[in-house]
Formats: sequence, C-alpha cells, structure tokens
Amino acid sequence: MTPEAGFRLRHKHLLGIEPLESDEIRLILDTAESFLEISKRPIKKVPTLRGRTIVNLFMEPSTRTRSSFEIAQKRLSADSLNLAASSSSVSKGESLVDTARNLEAMAPDVIVLRHPAAGAPHLLSKVCRASIVNAGDGAHEHPTQALLDAFTMRQKKGRIEGLEVAIVGDLLHSRVVRSNIFLLRKLGAKVRVSGPPTLVPPGLEKLDVAVETQMDAALEGADVVMMLRVQKERMVHGAFPSLREYFHLYGLTFERLRQAKPDAIVMHPGPMNRGVEIAADVADGSTSVILEQVTNGVAVRMAVLYLLSGGAVGELAA
Amino acid sequence: MPTSNDALVMDEGKIDRTLTRMAHEILEKNRDLESLVLVGIRSRGVPLAERLALKIREIENVSIPVGVLDITLYRDDATTIGPHALLKATHIHFPIDGKKIILVDDVLFTGRTIRAALDGIIDFGRPSCIQLAVLVDRGHRELPIRADYVGKNLPTAREESVEVHLKEEDGRDEVHIVREGTTSRKAEGGSKRA
Repeated sequence: MTPEAGFRLRHKHLLGIEPLESDEIRLILDTAESFLEISKRPIKKVPTLRGRTIVNLFMEPSTRTRSSFEIAQKRLSADSLNLAASSSSVSKGESLVDTARNLEAMAPDVIVLRHPAAGAPHLLSKVCRASIVNAGDGAHEHPTQALLDAFTMRQKKGRIEGLEVAIVGDLLHSRVVRSNIFLLRKLGAKVRVSGPPTLVPPGLEKLDVAVETQMDAALEGADVVMMLRVQKERMVHGAFPSLREYFHLYGLTFERLRQAKPDAIVMHPGPMNRGVEIAADVADGSTSVILEQVTNGVAVRMAVLYLLSGGAVGELAA
Repeated sequence: MPTSNDALVMDEGKIDRTLTRMAHEILEKNRDLESLVLVGIRSRGVPLAERLALKIREIENVSIPVGVLDITLYRDDATTIGPHALLKATHIHFPIDGKKIILVDDVLFTGRTIRAALDGIIDFGRPSCIQLAVLVDRGHRELPIRADYVGKNLPTAREESVEVHLKEEDGRDEVHIVREGTTSRKAEGGSKRA
C-alpha cells in the first residue's frame, strides 16, 4: 500500500464488507481511531459535513444502529432526517424504489438504509445518486456492525490477524455473522462458528470458517467470543424446543467461558436476551466489552460517513 | 530528490538557529510562562512545537505543554476534494481556557490551514489569546491572517512550492523551494501548502 493511495475508499457506497479490500477496511478502522477522540471532547462536534444531508431510512425497527448513526451525523455537523417504515408512505404501500426516488428529489448526499430484504441497498444504489450505507439488509450484511466489532477487537487485542474468534448463536438469521466472517477472514483472523443445527445455514463452511455443533469446541482457545442474539421475531416455527434448552446448550456462562483463553473478551451486537444466549453475570462481567462496542460504533460510523462524503471517488461499487 | 529547479534555502544549522531565535522571541513577548502552551499543527508543526518547547526549557528551565492538532476535519475543502491524508487524532490533553496558545506550523501560505486550526482550537475552549509561529512565511495570503513569529520570510512565486523536511518526519532538516512539476514529493496539502 503506497502512502498516497491509502486514504481514500474506492467505493461510493458501503453495501457490505464483501466488496471491500483489506486496505479499505484498515483505512476505516484507522480513521475511526481519530473520531473516537472527538466523542471525548467537551464540544463533541466538528464542522466536516456541514451542509450535507443524510437520510436515515429504517424499514425495520432499530434503536442502537439508528441512534448510533444519528449521533455520528450530528457530531459531523450533517443535517439528518429520520424516516421509519411505520411513519412513512411505505405503510401506505409505496415501493422502496418509489420512496427512494422521492427522497432523491430532495437531494440527500447519503442514504442510510435498514431493510428486511437482502439486497435492498444494492437496488437503491442503482437508482440513487446519493451514497448508500447498508445498515442491515435481511440476513445478508451489516457492515458497520462488523467494522465496530473489528475496531473493538483491535482495541482490546492490538491486532486482528491471527486472532481466534468464536461466533455462537443464531447463524441462520444473522447478517452480523456474515459481515464479521468476511471482515475477519480478509484481515487474517480465524473464525469458528457454532449454533443449533437448525440455525446453521447450509454452505456456511464455504466462507472458510470451522462449523462446530458443540459450543465448547468452538470456544476452545478462543481470543474473542461473540454471541449472537436469538432472533425470536424471525423464528417462524420451532428451530429449537425452548429458550431454556437453548440456554442450556448454547448460552454463554462463566463455566463455558473457561474453554476460551483466560484473557478472552466477550462481545454481543445487542440487543441481548439475558438468560437466553448469554448469562446476565457474563454480560455484566469484566471480560464483557459490549458497551464499548456501542461507544466504538459511533466513531466507526463517523469514519464511514466521512470517508464516503470525501468528494469525488472513483468507481461505483458493484 | 534535488533537481535543477530545486533550491536549498535552509539547512540543519540554519533551521536550528532560527528556532532558537523564535524561542527567545516567544519568551520576550510572553513573560507569564504559567499560561503558555504550544500546539503543533499536523504533521510538521508538531516536531517544530516540540523543538520550541525544548529550547524554552533550555533557556528558562520551564516545561511548556505541547498539544497536537489535526485540522483535516476543519478544512474548507474537506468534502469538495476529498481526504488529503490519513486522518490522525488531535491530542490536547490540557484545559486551554484562559491559556496563551502559540500555534506552530511549518509553512504559512494561503492562511486556510490556520483558519481551520483556529476553529479547531476554539472547539476545545476559550484561550485568552492565540499567537502564530511559522518556520517559513511564503506569502500569497487568501485570508487576513499573519504570523507573530516568522523563522524566515521567503518570497516565492505561486507555482513554486516550499518543502520542509524535518528529521522526525523525513530523516533530515532542510527547507527547499521547488518549481512545480519537478518536486520529488508533490505538496499534496497537509502542512506543505499551509
């Protein structure tokens, strides 16, 4: 990487981690380091995106991601507008493309989209001039979550390369796991995943990860233990007999955590189901970095918005 | 890389003597050292601020705090021509309310970097005053900004560029005037085009 080439993204949109090169991922993480400092100042605001308009289009409920993006935008002095599915014309039957075209007519610079359908941000990127940031599309990708997870790992472990990362839980409905696998593999970490066989999507091992049915096997010697939320709202029919049984087999307890390295950190993208995928004492314990993930999320999203708003960038993302 | 259009205007000894004189000028103008702080503008203002602090310590045996300011986020062209350099952190770990700040940079040119730095500083508090120290003033101001301490006034043509090399960043202490098109490392912004 030449020093001159290393400070721009080669994409206009952030649709996922999969299209990014490892140097672009490192650029986002390095840039986020600087933004972390702004959130510690008495005046938590810089004028960088003054006059830029950002639309947060959330077609699915979200508190953490939406508020994190919103704070990131405010700290960069951008003007932001929040649209939620329940309060917009979407509930009157308007299609995504029509919603987007109407928004586009108001000339936003960036659209942050959360949508239940995989690929919705890609569709939007083809009809809009604005930069699109994927804030979670179906079970496909959630790139800013993977970036903040990687940022937190790097902060705690000093590196990503060579880390052993165990991801446990509902792998089938999780966009977080997919983005994390892409990112961690690109930066040279090793990934093991584990979850109930009914919640493991077929072909996951093709992403170059070890799939373990037994949670203990996935945890053994891990540097990072990432728990995924059991997405009760997406379970159409019984993927497992009961939440109690789920906790018994795949819930993270201090007992189980002993399989991992003594200095392993515990992560969770939130919102947590205490007593389902994670025991309350582990979630609140000294090895948990769950709230630091939230803090880091703001800095990472500031970095993404800053880098995408950096004027003319070369090619468009596919 | 020296070429025929590359003139050396300051060498290591000259830079050192200039900084010694600037340190004396700073002390002459600011008798109350208690409230004095130095803030270097990234990237080459930072080693210059550190060297000035060292010289002040040698002369008066007082340690002056040194802060680091990255003005990237305050540039007026931040979103029109995109990132100039990798964004680095600002480190001002001391309260600046009521302090006398000496802002330090390598080259004073259009004044836009200093304008951005003033905005950046003021986001950290309300200093009692801000003064400006630069190693080279090359003219061509676009804003009503002037330096309080100037190492060397260097008349230049607009198409020329002034390259400052410092040991901490570049391995050697030299100031060059380079005719555009022949420069080894084109001044791509940052402190070079101050």
